[in-house]
Amino acid sequence: MAEKNYAGKTVEVTEDGYFTNPADWNEEIAKEMATEAGIELTDKHLEVLNYLRKQFETGEALTIRKVGKSGVVDIKGLYQLFPGGPLKISSKLAGIPKPTSCV
Amino acid sequence: MSEHKAETPLKKVLVICAKGALEDVYAALVMANGAVMEGIEAKLFFTFFGLDGITKKRMNKLHTATLGNPAMRMPGGMQFPSLLGVLPGVESGVSSMMRKGMDDLDMPPVDEFLEMITAGGGEVFACKLAVDMFKLKKEDLSDEVKDIITIGQFYEMAGGENTQIIFT
Repeated sequence: MAEKNYAGKTVEVTEDGYFTNPADWNEEIAKEMATEAGIELTDKHLEVLNYLRKQFETGEALTIRKVGKSGVVDIKGLYQLFPGGPLKISSKLAGIPKPTSCV
Repeated sequence: MSEHKAETPLKKVLVICAKGALEDVYAALVMANGAVMEGIEAKLFFTFFGLDGITKKRMNKLHTATLGNPAMRMPGGMQFPSLLGVLPGVESGVSSMMRKGMDDLDMPPVDEFLEMITAGGGEVFACKLAVDMFKLKKEDLSDEVKDIITIGQFYEMAGGENTQIIFT
């Protein structure tokens, strides 16, 4: 475990940088994390992050396919928003655990 | 974890699928899709019976062998009797059960899986030799197939550091 400072708040994260407590998250924090990851957060990004958080709360495993069918963003769009790791990077920025699915 | 990070990460994978059983094609698709999801460049090459995995008429109806497959089990875990596998419709029924099981895990049908891979920047190719042998045409193949190429052309794409070729 490690601690990180985002938007004036100290949060506990895993070694990979995923939040240990999703409730610590807010949009300000997401913006700072995104900047750190080289992504400028737009409203579209936030829409995806909020969708992921909602899905996470239902307890169902997240997959790219599910996100693609959510109506929020298609798969191609998801790759464009979070290049190099559509599900991993978006989950990290959404303050939810590292995804565990293979698809 | 930190030890992994110190290594130079995998940059490119080339996956060759030469067999057309459900599990062979899916193994190739999962590996290629998994790669693009990790930001790894991925190229898929379908050859011989693997071409079924990108042939429009066949790709969503792939079968798993109920004959000559020692790992095949009954739903309860008992050995699958070979004689049962011979009966008409059994292989088809078993295969459709497997496809249903995969769909429940959010494993898409083959056509959709190919779309997912290309949406992530992965590329799909068909082997020229096998396409000629099976007398197929470009229009018989999935629209996600970028080109029909020779193995030599495929190897030309394998350049660069940290590239792996995977054969299923």
